[in-house]
Amino acid sequence: MSEQDGGTPRESRGTLVIAGDRCKGCELCVAACPPRVLTMSSDVNEMGYRYPELTSGCTGCTACQMVCPDFVFEVYRFTPAAR
Amino acid sequence: MSVIDTSQPPSQPAKKVAEFSSPLLLGEHSLCPGCGEPVALRLLLEVLQELDIVQRTIGVVGHGCYGSFVRIMDVDVLQCLHGRAPSCATGIKRVRPDRAVFTMQGDGDMVNEGLQEVLHTAARGEKITCVLLNNGVFGDTGGQLTATTVLGQRTKTSLEGRDAEAHGHPIPVADLVAGLPGTAYVARGTVATAGSVAQTKRMLRRAFEAQLSGAGFSLVEILTMCPTGWFVPAPDGPGYLADSMEQAYPLGELTT
Repeated sequence: MSEQDGGTPRESRGTLVIAGDRCKGCELCVAACPPRVLTMSSDVNEMGYRYPELTSGCTGCTACQMVCPDFVFEVYRFTPAAR
Repeated sequence: MSVIDTSQPPSQPAKKVAEFSSPLLLGEHSLCPGCGEPVALRLLLEVLQELDIVQRTIGVVGHGCYGSFVRIMDVDVLQCLHGRAPSCATGIKRVRPDRAVFTMQGDGDMVNEGLQEVLHTAARGEKITCVLLNNGVFGDTGGQLTATTVLGQRTKTSLEGRDAEAHGHPIPVADLVAGLPGTAYVARGTVATAGSVAQTKRMLRRAFEAQLSGAGFSLVEILTMCPTGWFVPAPDGPGYLADSMEQAYPLGELTT
């Protein structure tokens, strides 16, 4: 159960760098994310589009980076000792 | 619900597992939100890098939305008349057989305007790789019906949906090419989901390997989303593609 569903926050095994200023708000990443940890912002970027934001529970699977047409995501996986 | 800071790389030890895009892309593109073509182009550039052939690759492109990539791709590119890319690529490959030559064409370009070019090139067994970005509409000119628009699909010039009686049947060009003896590798993929993106990248890699080994002509058809031309919201693009185009054009490798 994810945090959005009212469950406890899940541990993140990875994280992202999100270039929100490049995003055109297509939301393909939100649908593609297996752990469902991406949500769209309430703010808009300079072009006037909402952009994705990360909540806890990222696994570093790179699905968002694979489907993104605007190359908004850079994906990091935490090294095990750091967890 | 707490939002994690994603403005910079993490401070704790972590391994970068995916870059924003290929380092061969030198700028930003101007394609619509939810378009599938940038993903297909990123895969193509990644394959060129992984095979270490960037410095000896010549791309030949037709006319379409992907033309905006010509300016930002760090690869030698020749832009041809509509549909003529396979013939120009033939010339380049015959003069410089040491070069890896690919064409990048949309469905309007390859199937409407230049169908005979690609069929003859395949039949001659030219050692080039053709990439077809198939979205079923003339995206660049405003979303008109093309020869690959599937039956029932709405476009600017078929608002009630494509009707076989009025507009004819769609042409599955990858299947036509797969039936020709000069062809070494033909596959059809899509960029709608993360899994299919990974699969499509493997197809592109095999297509270039077929060219580099001298096996013959190779073609990869990539079904891409065009939410603007399909009149659907950008998030619904992959679902629409799965329900319409994927039904008419089954995915997978068409040669053995």
